[in-house]
Amino acid sequence: MATAAAQRTAGTETDGAPGTVDTTAYQHAFDAAVAADERIEPRDWMPDAYRSTLIRQIAQHAHSEIIGMQPEANWITRAPSLRRKAILMAKVQDEAGHGLYLYSAAETLGTSRDELLDKLHTGRQKYSSIFNYPTLTWADVGAIGWLVDGAAITNQVPLCRCSYGPYARAMVRICKEESFHQRQGYELLLALGKGTPEQHAMAQDAVNRWWWPSLMMFGPPDDESQHSAQSMEWKIKRHSNDELRQRFVDICVPQAESLGLTLPDPDLRWNEERGHHDFGSIDWTEFWEVLKGNGPCNEQRITQRKRAHDEGAWVREAAAAYAAKHTGGTGETGATRA
Amino acid sequence: MTATGPATAPVTAALALGDDALVLSHRLGEWAGHAPVLEEEVALANIALDLLGQARVLLSLAGDEDELAYLREERAFRNLQLVEQPNGDFAHTIARQLYFSTYQQLLYAELAAGDGPFAPLAAKAVKEVAYHRDHAEQWTLRLGDGTQSSHERTQRACDALWRFTGEMFQPVEGLTTDPAALETRWLESVTDVLGRATLTVPEGPRSGAWTAGAGRQGLHTESFGRMLAEMQHLHRSHPGASW
Repeated sequence: MATAAAQRTAGTETDGAPGTVDTTAYQHAFDAAVAADERIEPRDWMPDAYRSTLIRQIAQHAHSEIIGMQPEANWITRAPSLRRKAILMAKVQDEAGHGLYLYSAAETLGTSRDELLDKLHTGRQKYSSIFNYPTLTWADVGAIGWLVDGAAITNQVPLCRCSYGPYARAMVRICKEESFHQRQGYELLLALGKGTPEQHAMAQDAVNRWWWPSLMMFGPPDDESQHSAQSMEWKIKRHSNDELRQRFVDICVPQAESLGLTLPDPDLRWNEERGHHDFGSIDWTEFWEVLKGNGPCNEQRITQRKRAHDEGAWVREAAAAYAAKHTGGTGETGATRA
Repeated sequence: MTATGPATAPVTAALALGDDALVLSHRLGEWAGHAPVLEEEVALANIALDLLGQARVLLSLAGDEDELAYLREERAFRNLQLVEQPNGDFAHTIARQLYFSTYQQLLYAELAAGDGPFAPLAAKAVKEVAYHRDHAEQWTLRLGDGTQSSHERTQRACDALWRFTGEMFQPVEGLTTDPAALETRWLESVTDVLGRATLTVPEGPRSGAWTAGAGRQGLHTESFGRMLAEMQHLHRSHPGASW
């Protein structure tokens, strides 16, 4: 960033008294960089709260990617054609890859993948609640792609301009792949929508179940969102929850028509005056219950994650022992870190 | 891979090689969400995808890929019994990968060098398979020469799967490769990797449940029926539907 030099200069001016660093000048440089839409990089000074907010958000995003593999992997072994199976495997693989980039982005802030996974496994960090819903039929794979990935993209595209450089750059790549995921979901549902009556019914049922949880993915209404204001000020977040939710609804309505499917909301209609679709009220009780751990699959998702991690412990230990023997190092290799 | 068509490809060989790739890809796909480390989620899925790509080309040489994958009964599958063996722990999966990818790399290198109907596929696939073999070798070394516990697990896995390895070197109709020469090179390569991994080359017989070549004749092991039931269920539940 252009002001990095200014920050370093500010640093030398205030570093005079050991142990009593005056951060005012750093703070000014940071504020100026954010105001000028410059990127904050790992070596730049940043407020502690900015750092911890980013770690929380990036970790939650990384955890969502790896927990999100589960509901879709549930259908890999049953995919109904080899083409669909290849697409689904590639998609689940992409999600593991996204997890890798995001844990790496979080590590630039001074944490480690081990530490973050431990927080996930012990419930101290969360993942997106949407993955606490089950995938009951093949059409759910399509509904996840179209609606869940669609909502994720709506949320994530603005993150490509997030003020923190490593996160913004990871998001550019992730959004490209997510856009492919969203299209494959739409195309999968299109095949079902135009298929046999049983396939059409399967698609409609999936959309009925996933529509409202997808709207909840944008988070609580603006007046109840505890982190939003500060994140917007820091340009980690650029649009409010309600703005993004409205954008998503407006995108989905014509797509649902093209699919030959209906959205399960009797109050959904075009509002000429607002230039947007009005929609029914969201059941926030359900949202808070799922968030608290009472969704259909919360227990199952974390149990599977912990089991995979625990059952893999001997593999990671072996890789560390081998690396220590053969490189004389500490055994800290990419294969042993999680 | 359009250089050869169904008219010129030997169907028996296309099914044998295609089923190997299809079935092993399916087994590796079962790891999704269960791998010991995130890097292996990516690696195992990558290998599974390569194999699925190979399977689709090979099965299309023999007929319609989906009809062949989803509508054949267990006794009509021509894959090796080795590739249908359940994943077991990570050591079993790696031992299965080492045995199979070493065979596949040697076989495809030979097919790629010839001018038969499988040469175009083999030329592309041999590059993928070289990576699969390297992945298996690296993990065999880490697990064999890692901790006492990983060494024991890996030795058990190598021993358990050994009896399924003889089948790879039975002649397959339509393949002009020399199975005996292939077997010699396979043994050399696997012996070398196991030795460097401080593992002992297993001593048991190298033939399957009935005789070597059983899988190629449509005789499979018990878990295979369940694997197919899961794989084929949705497709068979909607006869004639497009997906």
